[in-house]
Amino acid sequence: MSLKDLFRKQRKYATIPSEQAKKEIPEGIMEKCPKCGTIFIAKELEKNLKVCHSCGYHFSLSAPERIASLIDEEHFFPFDEDLRSVDPLEFPGYVEKIEQDIKKTNMNEAIVTGEGTIGGYPVILGVMDSRFRMGSMGSVVGEKITRAAERAVKKKYPFILFSASGGARMQEGALSLMQMAKTTAALERMNREKVLFISVLTNPTTGGVSASFSSLGDINIAEPGALIGFAGRRVIEQTVRQKLPDDFQTAEFLLKRGQLDQVVPRLELRDTLIKILAFHA
Amino acid sequence: MSNPLSFEKPIVELRNKIEELRAFTSEKSIDLSEEIETLEKKAERLEKEIYGNLTTWQKVQIARHASRPTTLHYIHTIFTDFLELHGDRLYGDDSAIVGGIAKLNGLPVTVIGHERGTDTKDKISRNFGLPHPEGYRKALRLMEQANKFGRPIITFIDTQGAHPGMEAEERGQSEAIARNLREMAGFSVPIICVITGEGGSGGALGIGVGNKLLMLEHAYYSVISPEGAATILWRDASKAQEASEALKITSDHLLKLGIIDEIIAEPKGGAHKDPNEQTILIKQALLKYLEPLLAMSGEELIEDRYKKFARIGEFSSAVLEGKA
Repeated sequence: MSLKDLFRKQRKYATIPSEQAKKEIPEGIMEKCPKCGTIFIAKELEKNLKVCHSCGYHFSLSAPERIASLIDEEHFFPFDEDLRSVDPLEFPGYVEKIEQDIKKTNMNEAIVTGEGTIGGYPVILGVMDSRFRMGSMGSVVGEKITRAAERAVKKKYPFILFSASGGARMQEGALSLMQMAKTTAALERMNREKVLFISVLTNPTTGGVSASFSSLGDINIAEPGALIGFAGRRVIEQTVRQKLPDDFQTAEFLLKRGQLDQVVPRLELRDTLIKILAFHA
Repeated sequence: MSNPLSFEKPIVELRNKIEELRAFTSEKSIDLSEEIETLEKKAERLEKEIYGNLTTWQKVQIARHASRPTTLHYIHTIFTDFLELHGDRLYGDDSAIVGGIAKLNGLPVTVIGHERGTDTKDKISRNFGLPHPEGYRKALRLMEQANKFGRPIITFIDTQGAHPGMEAEERGQSEAIARNLREMAGFSVPIICVITGEGGSGGALGIGVGNKLLMLEHAYYSVISPEGAATILWRDASKAQEASEALKITSDHLLKLGIIDEIIAEPKGGAHKDPNEQTILIKQALLKYLEPLLAMSGEELIEDRYKKFARIGEFSSAVLEGKA
């Protein structure tokens, strides 16, 4: 990378993080905001929970980062860490992709579930990680969410679930589709037992995940700018044959249309959750 | 044969030839019965060979066949006294999903299904069976009504998927489907779902959470359309045929995966070849599965449904295996 690149004029309206933008900055030391182009020292950005100081752009958080940002004194007791995906359909390339993602993320699957306290309130927490197979839901993700919800019912603890997912996982076919029914059936039990469910929708929450547990919170919260929707933008553009508005399927768009309770910036999220938990304690 | 599919061409050609010979026989008073008989046998062998070894893609073509019976055909032939009920009471009436009350062998039930339409005008007015949120919310309203009055719920699934459109998103397509999944899990009446044609992902599942899941032999049920999968995998929608094989979307695979409870046989060549025979086969299956469910209490039905879905999924316990 040359100095010239560093000071290259930014496109004014670029909102989508591009591969190119990521590559322009030496990995690990500096980070560049894909929205406004501001360059940060990575550690400074992390201190700010990966929110751009300048424009408020929310970078993706990994599941461990998210958990650390919420849980008291980092006391977190994970559930079902041993569950791993198999290849039930013998789908081309699936096993290799799973192995790659395990290496890349140091996680076994696209979700971490467990128990901890937030502001002193015990909770069951689930956090999806979009780095692992785009956070997609296959058998393991469905099973872990179901078991977490069952524990929430058993312990009468609120269940907080952070979505970050492209949807149901194609490589497990209809088994993935059925996880939508399986996880929501567990939420139905929670609902009947009057256990609080808070759904936090982060970037992205789409497809089969948005069309199942993510939309069913007693309270639905989203992070600013998060992409949330059922169908993909390109598919919709092809169907309606017109350009969609820029803010289509963003958290702010959904808030206006009555699909969310609040859009909460990440730096205020923990306090908001504590406030909600206090109401239900 | 109406609208033959490409793989049926050899059968159609042979059948046409037999017809020609028959016509020739009666016109010219020449006895060709021996030749005709030989060809008839050949045609039967050919049918057995082709229809007995359908590929996934051929089944998808049958499931999408323009003449394949639709939900309203089944509603009108399996049930009596059908009274259609319209609207979601919130926004509109989505005719891509139809529903109402009817009698199955005298028993009042609520019946709901995707309706793709029959002729072009009908298809357009029903958006080809791709529902908007109001369709799912109408279905929910009718199911809540069934639950209130203790009527079993029977659904027919036949959609490419929920409508991908701007208004559908604005009105909460995701929420409408999600809510149906949750509420269907909690109803204390028997629910039987029959996949009759295309089972297109969340849009199909939105009326698909039942105690029993039955599937017509050549129907398919998939997390993504074969075309969509091909686009993601190979950036080429024309490779849908390959993608359909990889996704394991046919009834035999879904039975093995523990997702469906029974395959309902289809007449040779598909339901459209003999819609009335298909009606009989579906009705028999419904009665067979409904009877034991009617003997169960509301709590038992909810528990049964919960366990059915809780069982679905395949995974390993890596840590335990690693330690062993």
